Amino acid sequence: MAPVSALGSDPGGDPGSDVVIVGGGIVGAACAYYASRAGLEVTLLERETVGSGTTSRGEGNILISDKSPGPELELALYSRTLWLQAAEELGAGPLELEEKGGLVVATSDAALADLHAFADQQGGAGVDGHRVAAEQLRDHEPHLAADLPGGVHYPQDLQVQPVLAAATLVAAARRHGARVESGVEVTGLERGPDGAIVAVRAGGRRFPTSAVVNAAGTWGGTVSERLGGPVPVLPRRGFILVTEPLPRVVRHKVYSADYVSNVASDDAGLETSVVVEGTQGGTVLIGASRERVGFDDTLSVDVVRRLATQAVRLFPFLADVALMRVYRGFRPYCPDHLPVIGPDPRVPGLFHACGHEGAGIGLAPGTGALVTAMLAGAADHHPVPFDPAPFDPAPFAPSRFLEVAR
Amino acid sequence: MTDPQTFGFDGTEIPFVPGQSVGAALTAAGIRSWRSTRVAQRPRGLFCGIGICFDCLVVADDRPNQRACLLPARPGLQVRTQEGTGHDDLTV
Amino acid sequence: MTTSPSEQPAGRPVDAPYDVLVVGAGPAGLAAATRAGGQGVTVALLDAGAVPGGQYWRQPAPAAAPNTGAALDPTDLAYLHHDLAGYHALVDRLDRQRRRGTTTYLPGHHVWAVEREETPDGDRFVVHALDSTVPGGGTSRTLTARRLVLATGAYDRQVPFPGWDLPGVITAGGAQALLKGHGVPAGRRVVVAGTGPFLLPVAAGLAAAGTQVIGVHEAGSPRAWLRHAGAVGRNLNKLSEGAGYAAALVRHRVPVRTRSVLVAAHGTDRLEAVTVARADGKGGVVPGSEERVACDTLAVGWGFTPQLELPLSLGCRTRVDADGSVVCAVDEDQESTVPGVYVAGETCGVGGAALALLEGAMAGAAAAGTPLRDRRPRRQRVALRRFATAMHQAHPVPAGWVDRVDEDTVVCRCEEVTAARLRAAVTDLGAADARGGKLLARTGMGWCQGRVCGYAAACLTAAWSGTPYDPTRVGTRPVATPVPLGALGVTVGHDVTDGD
Repeated sequence: MAPVSALGSDPGGDPGSDVVIVGGGIVGAACAYYASRAGLEVTLLERETVGSGTTSRGEGNILISDKSPGPELELALYSRTLWLQAAEELGAGPLELEEKGGLVVATSDAALADLHAFADQQGGAGVDGHRVAAEQLRDHEPHLAADLPGGVHYPQDLQVQPVLAAATLVAAARRHGARVESGVEVTGLERGPDGAIVAVRAGGRRFPTSAVVNAAGTWGGTVSERLGGPVPVLPRRGFILVTEPLPRVVRHKVYSADYVSNVASDDAGLETSVVVEGTQGGTVLIGASRERVGFDDTLSVDVVRRLATQAVRLFPFLADVALMRVYRGFRPYCPDHLPVIGPDPRVPGLFHACGHEGAGIGLAPGTGALVTAMLAGAADHHPVPFDPAPFDPAPFAPSRFLEVAR
Repeated sequence: MTDPQTFGFDGTEIPFVPGQSVGAALTAAGIRSWRSTRVAQRPRGLFCGIGICFDCLVVADDRPNQRACLLPARPGLQVRTQEGTGHDDLTV
Repeated sequence: MTTSPSEQPAGRPVDAPYDVLVVGAGPAGLAAATRAGGQGVTVALLDAGAVPGGQYWRQPAPAAAPNTGAALDPTDLAYLHHDLAGYHALVDRLDRQRRRGTTTYLPGHHVWAVEREETPDGDRFVVHALDSTVPGGGTSRTLTARRLVLATGAYDRQVPFPGWDLPGVITAGGAQALLKGHGVPAGRRVVVAGTGPFLLPVAAGLAAAGTQVIGVHEAGSPRAWLRHAGAVGRNLNKLSEGAGYAAALVRHRVPVRTRSVLVAAHGTDRLEAVTVARADGKGGVVPGSEERVACDTLAVGWGFTPQLELPLSLGCRTRVDADGSVVCAVDEDQESTVPGVYVAGETCGVGGAALALLEGAMAGAAAAGTPLRDRRPRRQRVALRRFATAMHQAHPVPAGWVDRVDEDTVVCRCEEVTAARLRAAVTDLGAADARGGKLLARTGMGWCQGRVCGYAAACLTAAWSGTPYDPTRVGTRPVATPVPLGALGVTVGHDVTDGD
């Protein structure tokens, strides 16, 4: 990566930066935060406003409990540590970070046996999970239905308010010198004769740089095409029901054991597995549905009814609670359900950081730190002291899709 | 002329004419607020009067969050001032 | 009129789609349903109210319990109404169509969601309504129809000012509803303030009911009308309606002050006084003109906000009307950009009852497959729309309201979000529109889902962030009214894991 001064700049135009991050969702915000903190000059380009895309459509989960041993779990554990560090640095309040823990409950004996086996498997990979017997479930969650056979308590699960978290990370990045341009949509790259990136074209303007991070989330596929390094990112629709404001009635993130199999599933059809949790705002959030219907965002009352039924099954008091709002969004998924993080071998200087599916909030800081380490490693003039991730990021490499294509 | 019909409100009897809402009858009785907000504990009562704003919430026959402006008054109904979310009993 | 909530015309299969389903039984919806019903098609008319009429022709509800003595007599309240003969004609027609069995009228039905479904023989619409006539929390009913007419009306537009959250401050429409629907004056000493021609009938009604109306404070200037002499001249009957209310106010010795703006409401736990002031040409306050007026009630409104939940949820295209409101875009037959979805009345632009009746009739006729092709109603509609535009231009929300909001002024009443907190979301966290305010400061996140503060939050975030006011950047509300989870037809005891 060439120093900024070598690039030249447009008179009156953007002065140029070490890296342009495309996308102001949670992942772009985390990239901007870690990169600017590491001393890189950062420009963040957001098509609408910070956190207005998929970041604003989820519950803000930072989940360890739903992950099997493997690269995603490693990234999740690393990210969790970074979220707690960020809360120390920026305050838990501005992020609305809560160390609430997760409670996974089974609704049948067979599901309980599967859940126990899953938790045992996770135990060897750094996941803290404790079996909860049927008669102890209501010590954890007093309003749970009385007839559930048991569950597993996962104290490591966290929650943030995702849009606040993204805005707070971006505000911190600004303090470290990052520039943020909202309402600017990326249209393409400008590359030199040697193929190296010279500038990003966006919103009719030119942003000189030698490195670009594609953190466009669900739109990461489209953006990657515009940047000359296509990666396969597709939308998977989800609905979340929001109740009337309540006092604290649900302590943990509570979900049914079949959530895990649905998250990992390849089924294109509608899947619903209930997730219930409270928020600091007072509302209770009820997820989660998954279906592949492109970018169709119309309401499906069938999905609402299924989620409501399942939520009332776990928490009977919810029958008398009003549904106030439904929000829906599109999780960005890659065909193998792993995010795509790392350098694009086709376009030197282009890095991808997208495709986190429903786990973007949880995986964002790890992704931002990983990308920053890669950027710093590429920048010979920036010997940035930055701990590389405590694991091998190779499974996330964009090159895996090129190999498949070959 | 028959005796006026009444419903209960925080221990008093409020007269009403059949067809009136709880909010209208309370207003006619000179009562302007019957809810305390959940953050600042501020008094609230009728605002939009047509079911849009949800400011006039009451607990009626133990069901919280009933819009007084829409809730028909009827004899024997027990209405209470609503504190906060109206669901304090559910707090864990 | 008598009504059975579960009314179902004899011989009609329960699941068969209606030819036309009308949402809302105000002037537009009544006109649409009766016009369509006269064309020999099957019609369902769903309304949240207990009696047809909407807000404009709001009628007392029948007694909630049987044998409870004399209910409110609508004829005692007839003096509050305009063109009640027109109302009775429509209701009689509706009754005849119901008796004939082609029309189903469902009062107490709050439509909470609509969906469009493609079927082998064309699109159909699935309408989900919370039937509030069922005891407890109500139950959700589902009806289907080939065509929809959405006539969901409007509610008072509000902007925050210091003290507006005090008990005793109510909307102008709320004061009118109390009087027309319940025979109850909103207070004893009432100030009516805001802007728009609606303030006059509200004040006149209260005065006629014997309430002391201390004054009407209209922020607009009567001279503004003169700039639209053409539009006004063709609508002399509408103007004379307003003149009638003005004359009534003179009779009751109610002072009407124009170019007079509301500055603040005062009191600790209830309203005790308001401050009004002379407006300068830009909606600001003429220094030194502030005046404190003791009162127990303030009825306030700044025009109206159309209820767009259902058309937005179906994906109908919108436009921004002359009053700054987002309204549904419609064609000559009142059809929205979604084929089969017709929109009439305030939902496609606030314009008053006469325009709503006309649009409703045209929407009903077109939805029944027999569009009105006569020139006369079309010309009339153009003239009434011009009049509405002139009205909006003469009664803008005075721009100075933004400066009168102080840092403790509550912007979002539901979530108790102060102006200071919303402003911090703009300056510290980058909120630049109503949605940003919602996500970062919780304005519009509460029970009313931003129906009350949405306009204000859009204006304030735009003003503070230096971005243009864009009312379309507000999220949709696919759940059009809160509905208990247990009313959705959930089956308790059903195993969660069986995935339906």
